[in-house]
Amino acid sequence: MSKRKAYYASKIKRAIHMLFYQRHKKPGVKGWELRKVLGSDYPKVLKILDDYLKMLDLQVKTVFEEEKPVEEPTLEDLDKARFYVTLRGELTPKEAKMVGWRIDDLAGLAITIAYVISKKGKVARKEVEELLRDKLPGWRVDLNIDRYIRYGYLTQDESEQLYLDWRTRAEVDEKALIDMLLSK
Amino acid sequence: MQSRREEIKTGREKLQRIIEMCKPVEDRSLDPFLLDIKELVTTMKEYFPEWKIPEDLCLDAETLHHLASVIRLQSEWVKHRSTSLYTDPFLLEEKLIHMEKGGIVETFLMAWHPIVALEQISLHSLAEALRYWESLLPLKERWKEFPPAEVTMSLATREELIRQRILRDKAFSEELDNAWQELKERVAEKGKDGKIHYWDFVGAETYEETVQKAFMASFLITYGYATLEIHPLEEEMFIRPYEKLVRVGKKQLVSMPISVSVEDWMKWKRGELH
Repeated sequence: MSKRKAYYASKIKRAIHMLFYQRHKKPGVKGWELRKVLGSDYPKVLKILDDYLKMLDLQVKTVFEEEKPVEEPTLEDLDKARFYVTLRGELTPKEAKMVGWRIDDLAGLAITIAYVISKKGKVARKEVEELLRDKLPGWRVDLNIDRYIRYGYLTQDESEQLYLDWRTRAEVDEKALIDMLLSK
Repeated sequence: MQSRREEIKTGREKLQRIIEMCKPVEDRSLDPFLLDIKELVTTMKEYFPEWKIPEDLCLDAETLHHLASVIRLQSEWVKHRSTSLYTDPFLLEEKLIHMEKGGIVETFLMAWHPIVALEQISLHSLAEALRYWESLLPLKERWKEFPPAEVTMSLATREELIRQRILRDKAFSEELDNAWQELKERVAEKGKDGKIHYWDFVGAETYEETVQKAFMASFLITYGYATLEIHPLEEEMFIRPYEKLVRVGKKQLVSMPISVSVEDWMKWKRGELH
């Protein structure tokens, strides 16, 4: 193995440890943390890792501080961004059940996220509750919304307004979701 | 023609109304384009020369701030409509209501890429934990360094109060008599209508002296040497000495806790508390 290859192989291992094993309350690693451990060429290490993860149907996902994705990120943007390993492809409904989601709960999550997006990212909790009550039993609605908040898909302010939170930004392709829902 | 005072009053009301109109828009419950910003700015301009006192200028600035927020929301609205993420919420709501649960889930799964993360103990962290455990002193030894202060609650005896210099070592009745005389003198000197403000009687140069006087005042009131007058609305409390000792007898007594904290004493010293 060439010196260069060995260098990147060891960096990829370190990156894998950092990205897979949850170090903080939330999963994922900040860019500046990766820079501290992997050095200033960490974006290149992540690129190689992403290519490697492709065959495992995984990917390195970058979530920038700004809500919108940055076209050509600077090093500063990357330092402030959060990096995760996410599934590259899709889960089947059966697989979703295997990772601990009931079909009702997942449908509720999809409806809630889509509705918040359509309302420009902010919606009253009561409105979502009403929408969910159409298809879910009343007692589940409250529990489910609390669960989405606890997992980090949604956040709620003191006036009971719901917003999308960090996990939705990391896991959900918002545009694809809306396009697909409308084309159904 | 309106007098200047009326003009100012109308102007203030109009600015308040503008603020009230902006608030629901800022809470995003109303369409930001419902407000005619140009007209509102004209109203503000019309009254601006009238504002002379800081309160009116602040009201003007606050109104401008709210209008600026509405303009920001208008700009966000336009931007959002022009992005590919814009969807008519009613159209989407209709779609969601009429779709089957299974269909919604299938669609969501195509856009959902869950995070992969593991929570697992490693050999390295186990070794670290063991090293930490070995170097950790037993609780008995660690807590020895900081013996917890034993705090018990009990009634203070007169002897203890003397030891803590709250009371002087005199006969208590003599102390009470002295305090009664002092109260009468203070009322004659500084009081009004035969009474004096509570803090003007108990307040002293040092906090210790103040506590001691408050302590004596409580006995003066309990034993019928003086009475307390409380004006709850004004939040004022007066102490009124009796000329002669009044027998309390079987009259129903009411306890009145009065806080004599260091903060209150400091306020009294600064003249913020009577």
